[in-house]
Amino acid sequence: MKKIEAIFREEKLDAVKNALEAKGYYGMTVSQVHGRGRQKGLRLQQRSGEFEVDLLPKVKVEIVVLDEDLIPVMHALAASARTGDIGDGKIFVLPVYDALRIRTGDAGADAV
Amino acid sequence: MLMTPGLALFYGGMVRRKNAISTTMMSFCALGVVGLLWVLYGYSFCFGADRAGLIGGFEHLFLRGVEQAPSAIYASTIPHLAFFAFQGMFAVITVALISGAVVERMRFGALVLFSALWVTVVYCPVAHWVWGAGGWLLRLGALDFAGGTVVHICAGFSALALAIVLGPRKGYHKGQVMEPHNIPMVVLGAGLLWFGWFGFNAGSALTSGGLAASAFVATNTSAAAAAVTWMLLSWWNRRPSALGTATGAVAGLVAITPAAGFISPVMAIPVGIVGSCVCYYCIRLRVRLEVDESLDVWAVHGMGGVWGALATGLFADPAITGGAAGLLHGNAAQVGIQAVGVVAVAVFAFSVSYGLARLIAALVGLRVESREETLGLDLAQHAERAYGGAVS
Repeated sequence: MKKIEAIFREEKLDAVKNALEAKGYYGMTVSQVHGRGRQKGLRLQQRSGEFEVDLLPKVKVEIVVLDEDLIPVMHALAASARTGDIGDGKIFVLPVYDALRIRTGDAGADAV
Repeated sequence: MLMTPGLALFYGGMVRRKNAISTTMMSFCALGVVGLLWVLYGYSFCFGADRAGLIGGFEHLFLRGVEQAPSAIYASTIPHLAFFAFQGMFAVITVALISGAVVERMRFGALVLFSALWVTVVYCPVAHWVWGAGGWLLRLGALDFAGGTVVHICAGFSALALAIVLGPRKGYHKGQVMEPHNIPMVVLGAGLLWFGWFGFNAGSALTSGGLAASAFVATNTSAAAAAVTWMLLSWWNRRPSALGTATGAVAGLVAITPAAGFISPVMAIPVGIVGSCVCYYCIRLRVRLEVDESLDVWAVHGMGGVWGALATGLFADPAITGGAAGLLHGNAAQVGIQAVGVVAVAVFAFSVSYGLARLIAALVGLRVESREETLGLDLAQHAERAYGGAVS
């Protein structure tokens, strides 16, 4: 099992949800996050003049996938989140030691 | 009265979320503190019998002689108590306005102390000069229909002095982001201010006749012209800004305040347009001078009030209020009289407020501790939070 943590543009969330569902992964955890990277800041207006915000809002999606699904899911996710402009985000993959479905007690791959 | 909670929303939305309660409380508590002092002695010091043209006497302490019948001197058309209450609201909002200069870093207790002393030694004398029978600016012929000088110049220049003594917010010079946390709240607050302003400006006719209607239309026209002007200025700079448009409306309301019942309502258009530009560029100047007068009380109220007072001297029309003529109606001297009022009140308010702030700084200290400032004044000063409950 592997955990995919994808941080990408807020407006791409619906596209990513659809792409993951098409690969058979319905469950996910979504958080609103703030961060910074190569995109640098955002200039906003104030009463007269502007100011710079350096932490930009993004969404983070976390899902756990079976090892054999990792590559296709990762590519589907990247394709659906991509715009080609700077600031599209990043995907991280982490090993997962075990999992447990709380209601039934299913463990390991059955819990994913 | 609704203006002060409106101001609380207007200011409260412009600060970071950790200071939302603190900022709204700074405005709202003026209703309590000043509302009480007004009964005890504030009204008397403004509108009691004249002492040398400078301040009112002790005649009306604790509402003595303020009854249901109209006053013998002021506002013969309404009960004396109604005049008392109406004037009290001017004092309340003036104090609340000043708090915009000190948000996110001033100790609440120090602000309450400053407010109480400030009403006594700045507001009461200035209101008496301009509006009290025998006041020296009134005798000079200075025109201030609804508080351009008494409320806005007074608050704006006092706010600047207090901000200078207090110093900037932590991180202000290091370019730390201080993003307004809720702009819809600012817009709602501006809307309530706009509505309440009708009460102040039309109400200053002290009767619901033609003059009140004239002041009403002038007020709305100036606010509208100024809001559109600021919107266009921000559009020209980049995009039409909501924060800017709301600020523009307030700038227009400030500018028309002294003039509302003296000028032809159509002349409110230039008053509003110029008022908006004056305030817009004064904010830029203030930023360039690196003074953290945080919510621009000086730029919007102080300088908007200065423009309004001078505009009254330019545009005053004897057809609106008999005997009050400005430059365009052949009375050039009125501009000079208005300028005397502006300079006298601005200098008096700035210097006394500066002294008062230094005094309080020495006695009890003005600022919260550095750690409290980082944490936010909501938790540190009020043990409350505006948007609590991370889970459920």
